[in-house]
Amino acid sequence: MRQLPIGSWPVWRQLTGADRTGRAASVKSRRSDALSARTASADRVVKSICPYCAVGCAQNVYVRDERVVQIEGDPDSPISRGRLCPKGAASLQLTTDSGRLDKVRYRPPYGTQWQDLDLATAMEMIADRVIRTRRETWQWEEEDGGLLARTMGIASLGGATLDNEENYLIKKLFTALGVVQVENQARVCHSSTVIGLGTSFGRGGATTFMQDMQHADCIIIEGSNFAEAHPVGFQWVLAAKARGATVIHVDPRFTRTSALADLFVPIRAGTDVAFLGGIINHVLTEGKDFREYVLAYTNAATIIDERFQDTEDLDGLFSGFDPQSHQYAEETWQYEGVQLVSASGERDNQYMARQAAQIDRPGSPGRDAGEHGSGEGEKHGSGTAALDGQARRDPTLQDPRCVYQILRRHFSRYTPEMVERICGIPPEVFAEVCRHLVDNSGPERTSEFVYAVGWTQHTDGSQFIRSASILQLLLGNIGRPGGGIQALRGHASIQGSTDIPTLFNLLPGYIPMPHAHKAQTLDDFILADAARKGFWANMRAYLVSLLKAWWGPAARADNDFCFNYLPRITGSHSHYDTTLEQLGGTCKGYFLLGQNPAVGSANSRMQRFGMANLDWLVVRDLNMIESATWWKDGPEIESGELVTERIGTEVFVLPAAAHTEKAGSFTNTNRLLQWHHQAVEPTDDRRSDLWFMYHLGRIIRQKLAGSTDPMDRPILDLTWDYPTTGSIAEPVAEAVLAEINGWNSDGRPLSTYTELADDGSTVCGCWIYCGVYSDGVNQAARRKPAEEQSWVSPEWAWAWPANRRMLYNRASARPDGRPWSERKKFVWWDEEVGRWTGYDVPDFEPTKRPDYEPPDGARGVAALRGTDAFIMQADGLGWLYTPTGVADGPLPTHYEPQDSPMDNLLYRQQRNPARLLRPHEHNRYHPNGSQRGAQIFPYVVTTYRLTEHFTAGGMSRHTPYLAELQPEFFCEVSPELAAERGLVHADWATIVTARNAIEARVLVTERVAPLHVDGRIIHQIGLPFHWGPNGHSRGDAANELTSISLDPNSHIQESKALSADIRPGRRPRGPDRVALVRDYQRRAGITERTGTEA
Amino acid sequence: MALDLREATGGERDPATAGGYAEPPERVGFFTDTSVCIGCKACEVACKEWNAVPEDGLLFTGMSYDNTGSLGADSWRHVAFIEQPRRLGRQETHLAPTELPPDLLRSAGGRTAVSLGLPASAPPDGHVAAAADMDFRWLMSSDVCKHCTHAACLDVCPTGALFRTEFGTVVVQEDVCNGCGYCVPACPYGVIDKRPSNGLVSKCTLCYDRLSVGQEPACAKSCPTDSIQFGELAELRERAAGRVRDLHDAGVTSARLYGADPQDGVGGAGAFFLLLDEPEVYGLPPDPVVTTRDLPAMWRRAGLAAVGLLVALAAVTIPGARR
Repeated sequence: MRQLPIGSWPVWRQLTGADRTGRAASVKSRRSDALSARTASADRVVKSICPYCAVGCAQNVYVRDERVVQIEGDPDSPISRGRLCPKGAASLQLTTDSGRLDKVRYRPPYGTQWQDLDLATAMEMIADRVIRTRRETWQWEEEDGGLLARTMGIASLGGATLDNEENYLIKKLFTALGVVQVENQARVCHSSTVIGLGTSFGRGGATTFMQDMQHADCIIIEGSNFAEAHPVGFQWVLAAKARGATVIHVDPRFTRTSALADLFVPIRAGTDVAFLGGIINHVLTEGKDFREYVLAYTNAATIIDERFQDTEDLDGLFSGFDPQSHQYAEETWQYEGVQLVSASGERDNQYMARQAAQIDRPGSPGRDAGEHGSGEGEKHGSGTAALDGQARRDPTLQDPRCVYQILRRHFSRYTPEMVERICGIPPEVFAEVCRHLVDNSGPERTSEFVYAVGWTQHTDGSQFIRSASILQLLLGNIGRPGGGIQALRGHASIQGSTDIPTLFNLLPGYIPMPHAHKAQTLDDFILADAARKGFWANMRAYLVSLLKAWWGPAARADNDFCFNYLPRITGSHSHYDTTLEQLGGTCKGYFLLGQNPAVGSANSRMQRFGMANLDWLVVRDLNMIESATWWKDGPEIESGELVTERIGTEVFVLPAAAHTEKAGSFTNTNRLLQWHHQAVEPTDDRRSDLWFMYHLGRIIRQKLAGSTDPMDRPILDLTWDYPTTGSIAEPVAEAVLAEINGWNSDGRPLSTYTELADDGSTVCGCWIYCGVYSDGVNQAARRKPAEEQSWVSPEWAWAWPANRRMLYNRASARPDGRPWSERKKFVWWDEEVGRWTGYDVPDFEPTKRPDYEPPDGARGVAALRGTDAFIMQADGLGWLYTPTGVADGPLPTHYEPQDSPMDNLLYRQQRNPARLLRPHEHNRYHPNGSQRGAQIFPYVVTTYRLTEHFTAGGMSRHTPYLAELQPEFFCEVSPELAAERGLVHADWATIVTARNAIEARVLVTERVAPLHVDGRIIHQIGLPFHWGPNGHSRGDAANELTSISLDPNSHIQESKALSADIRPGRRPRGPDRVALVRDYQRRAGITERTGTEA
Repeated sequence: MALDLREATGGERDPATAGGYAEPPERVGFFTDTSVCIGCKACEVACKEWNAVPEDGLLFTGMSYDNTGSLGADSWRHVAFIEQPRRLGRQETHLAPTELPPDLLRSAGGRTAVSLGLPASAPPDGHVAAAADMDFRWLMSSDVCKHCTHAACLDVCPTGALFRTEFGTVVVQEDVCNGCGYCVPACPYGVIDKRPSNGLVSKCTLCYDRLSVGQEPACAKSCPTDSIQFGELAELRERAAGRVRDLHDAGVTSARLYGADPQDGVGGAGAFFLLLDEPEVYGLPPDPVVTTRDLPAMWRRAGLAAVGLLVALAAVTIPGARR
């Protein structure tokens, strides 16, 4: 050991120095002296983005000796300001923990154990299975000749946790293979948002951005547990509060969000339409709407077809309902004399009508896809209304058929008394909410609504969001600072996986997937599905540029740019329908790309039965999730319903690369594309999904090379030549981004979507993302620190569309172009320079004057007036009333959840008549309200997230630092319910529905209050849905209880409100668990028809 | 030799200066404003990630959302959750219908009948909610080592493992600690704890390694709502006083500071808090005193006694005195 001079000895220092008592400087050890922060000694700091929720917090990844040594918040971010929540703070452990999967695991058919398999062999085997299954299940056309060009034998699930570039390759490759069952978390989380916001305003994304929340005067958080599920975003609510805003939280439970709110309003789960409808009624009857805004920017004055009948006339039904098919024909809902196409939702349902209306194309063949039992609301009408022109308007709002008057009548029965009887909210509390909201709306003040999956996950979830949209339009809060509707999404890129949709019914940029029609040309498709006015009128340019991106030189004008290479859909092929296809034996191969349906999807038991019926299953994840191991240790193995040795599913588990191990962009909840750079290369068999999709495609194309089979043309003609880099041949993500952005015939990157052409001269993989690579620069990677720019921070990353941070911001100015008020100034017309200007990029043609009136016969963008703030809409207006596009009605209507202990007090119609049901022996429904047997399931269950965990647990239950914070699955019940059922705090309870029985620890808390509803006490039970049997922290999955009952627009499951029973003690084990559920079914008199009535 | 330990630690003086650091940097600390805490526990995780503190057990406690339980060798930050039948300022919770008909009230079991056994579910003044009084609030607070101005743990450490840094903070040096554990009972807050795996003491270092390179502690950096604020202590105390005034103006009259007063029993804490109720509610001692406060007096008395004893002994043993 090295000799140290005596002067360094602590005792010497103590005796000779100033620290005589030996408690400070003199006792500091050499180690303490040499301490240095590993953040300071890192070799490099790599800019990244948190992989958990969609707030999009920026991270700094510190790398030393090619290992990630620390991850923390990046203070430069204008959104997160350097902060992270517990999950973000645990991302070092998430990415570097030794428990992560590192090698390929393989389970042969009927095998009982995992086997080793090298990655290259696994890739070859998977490619072989794709080719074989595709060939065996290929469908060229329907019986009546409609083109299909697809396979129903293969499906894919997952993408919301992945990069945009990865989603792009997933959608591109699978579409070229003819796979239509491509889905991701967006289906089960926020699909209702696309319908609700998209049909109301024109785009399916949140209308505002996080930092703008600080300017709100009132924030209503409803259907969201903001502070828990998006903690870092919540700082902006507190910023608003600090500036004097009133924060209101409406929720079935008093949560960590409520703890910081000014006003908490408990509500019965699933009754938000009644509550919001009550506020709409208040605004209309009291005349509190922002009249000038409403007249200029909404369709309040538009006259509706005289055949339209409201729920007021038909006791809970709209006109056009077919009780046989449970579907609406929507032709009576349209504007008088004009036939419009919505900007979102189902757009193909007027295929026949629009074909017929196109005078120069008489008798164009078509068919009714609805007969395939799609439940999609695809109907043809015999309408003869014009496709162009402005509908008749009555600016006095007195015409009984104008939207304003229809609205008044429709919501007139949503009185404060009804709100109390349905929601359990006393009139004085309801009045208080109305007062706050109305007082904080108008030219000088704005209010904001915030929601999440508490609104989306219902059988009428799209209509929950429509209700808020109507309210915000009436109050003039859309497109204005401190206003808008903030949709909080919960996966790092779930907005991105909707924009570049790994979804069955969409192509990139919200272009609809084509439905099967006989002899359908590209022009037929555009005619039926594209609006004639606004920016959707350019759909042909968007689609042709996409087809050029995918099929390059093979896509030519003389072959309709390979339009017929696109496989066709016939109704719903959503995630849950895929489950049924698996149970029915049609779907044989399944890719799970970062999604865990055995825990996260409704009726998770049914998910496992479906997977047990597959030929092969490919799971790609960071950890060994339940969806990979159900064949070995799933609940059905324990109950004896499935036997490992008799399960023929071949399982491949491929370890995924973490966000630090790959480059790519995430799109956050406010449409902001943020690039994360690769910090280190992945080790062992870990690979990005970009790598997986690219090499899978490459191998398949190699194997099919030389094939003359026409079904192989789309895959062989596919542009699939991305450059690769590094020792593992990782595709260059920026090259994929460049294709998404697109280029012109000279190969120059495009800078905005207005440059797109419909003649094949431009290439663009996703038109709304056009501009993200303008000038050949990765705009998503921009990181100009927040302090060096305005609060809007336009030079931080890149937002679609065209880097606009707030949508519809034209409406922040008066019709004449001046700001509504100095206080709420945002974007305005500058007469001197003849341009729109302001704090944000105007969401409007920059030089179109506010007083511009289109000439007669104008179409497309030219047909938009200078006041048409909603530029994606077919009439340029915010839709209070949706004449088309929403399958269950032009206006929101309160219906009880599929499984509810209450009768519908508003109408004879109990449930959403158009909801989608999938009755099955594993998917039974409950009797409702006063029906016999309903009392067997007397309590309301709602499911939710906790701060400490993430979705189905794959990224949190395996992470020790998170697992220890919420180590066990629990249920939250009131002291009253505990007393009523004999539940003991911290002991166990069993919760039962007609689907399954689960056990949970009991957390008795006054935060879950019983509600006084229509003379009854309704108890609610709270269930966080994160748990499953694998990982560090384990428990039953709440989704064992939920049913497959779906919103007809979005195909989302109703997991936020259902009925159940609860009893003390642990659940039975083995077959007794099944017997218990059967006994409940018997006692409640449940049959295959229960709950299926229209 | 009788040594006045309190004098030695500097009394009112800056503890770093008193500890022999020439021209130390400004004393730093934490101001934890619990009125904006959302109980997310980012502080707990960020601390563990930075300091490589091990996961320490999957225990479901049933104490609201707190499964950490307390500060300890493997929990240097601890977020307490308190569910209370009290009103938070002007917050309105509407958690129960206030006028339940008697039959419904009976069927509902009444809202006061069930005891949850939750810690501190009733405040120390014995306030009990009546059936119609459903005021409710959910308090959250992130606790941490107080980095006392007069730190008893330092006083009793026989090895110099605990030391006062130039930033005025108190840090355990793992390479010096011998695991004697004297500091454990010496801490008036019960913060210091021995790690079972190695027998050594461990606690918050206020991220000493980060401070030395000009970075803020991991917990404060991650805190999503800025409930945990790091900075120069003097400035933090000013900021905190302003925050209390603002909250009082906003009707949150129960807001008060804890550990901010240099005159208190530990000479003021380097990590102090804005609380919304009595400290006991959060599991904090109401009037902490440096446990070595009386040591000098005890030593003096012991010395006096020893001298007296020696004199007495001398009196009886010195041969000449016997006569």
